[in-house]
Amino acid sequence: MGLPKEEFYVSGARNCAGCGFPTIIRIVTKAAGKNTIIVNATGCMEVVSTPYPQTAWKLPWVHAAFENAAAVASGVEAALKKLKKDANVIVFGGDGGTYDIGFQALSGMMERGHNVLYICYDNEAYENTGIQRSSSTPKFSWTTTTPIGKKIRGKRRWKKPITEIMAAHGSPFVATASPHLHMDLFNKVKKALSIKGPKFMKVLSPCVIGWKIPSNKTIEVEELAVESGVFPIYEIVNGKLTINYKPKKLRPVKEYLMMQGRFKHLNEKEIRSIQERVNKYWKYLLNLEKLDNAFFV
Amino acid sequence: MSKYPVIKKVGNTKEYKTGAWKTIKPVVIPEKCIGCGKCWVFCPENCIYETTKNGKKIFEANLDYCKGCGICAEVCPVKAIIMKEDEE
Repeated sequence: MGLPKEEFYVSGARNCAGCGFPTIIRIVTKAAGKNTIIVNATGCMEVVSTPYPQTAWKLPWVHAAFENAAAVASGVEAALKKLKKDANVIVFGGDGGTYDIGFQALSGMMERGHNVLYICYDNEAYENTGIQRSSSTPKFSWTTTTPIGKKIRGKRRWKKPITEIMAAHGSPFVATASPHLHMDLFNKVKKALSIKGPKFMKVLSPCVIGWKIPSNKTIEVEELAVESGVFPIYEIVNGKLTINYKPKKLRPVKEYLMMQGRFKHLNEKEIRSIQERVNKYWKYLLNLEKLDNAFFV
Repeated sequence: MSKYPVIKKVGNTKEYKTGAWKTIKPVVIPEKCIGCGKCWVFCPENCIYETTKNGKKIFEANLDYCKGCGICAEVCPVKAIIMKEDEE
């Protein structure tokens, strides 16, 4: 299936059955190869992959706090420079550690221009601590802190546009990817690592518990997120935006929403409002694609 | 001993057999398997491996680590994997 055989992440990790991110780790590390240092923000991935004194990683790996994964990676990169050594530095952070708590360190890393690839595995809530909403949680989604009642219908705000925010920092490479398009993810990591400077990727990572999906539906939900336009696949290289995957016709968002328990309370009006938002965003991306410099670098 | 918690053995979560978690298990039908490896790409437990049966390349799951999520059966393009009750 196009991927190298060598593995850098082994069996025995304590993730839930059907978890989205182990596949991301495997594809990313296969693309990056042996000469790689991983910095992992606190979160699900860190907890399940390294139940001390065990680790599922076969690469140098540093655990950072929620707040400072990007700062730790900056230090690792600066140390490599001083030692005149060369290695890929990759950060993995969840959406809580990226959009919210680790945001200032990430912004700092971007502004200082460290040669680091930051990958956000986006499962759209604080799944590890009990499914609290984050600024990445989609509007109308149920979480334990955005319950469903007559007045409040899940989260009340739209998802934060993190990729645009990163592109606005002047990053030479910003991209989204979904593991079900595994070669797109693989090639994007290769491309990112070939570019010097601070890079950012947002990768879709369904959560069986938080999204309330059956454990065997992880890949299907990724596919529907992309086919419906809820999660567009694009890259922004030196400010130029390209949509890498264009479905012939976007599937209705209803199909994507209704397969997940976190959206099962939605009424027709709410589904319509999500559909309109998705259509509008898709059109916005198509417009940006026409520009030579959608973002100023 | 280091002052800080350092794990010097890599990939040692393998000492813990997560296979005990499962209630259902994947069974591969060798005649149907086309050896494409899609199950290997998408297995979150990294427990699918390549092997040969009657001179044919097929994929199988290592049940010591399989948690029974069923993704392999779901992504198989020729429905060569069926999920069965785990009787152990």
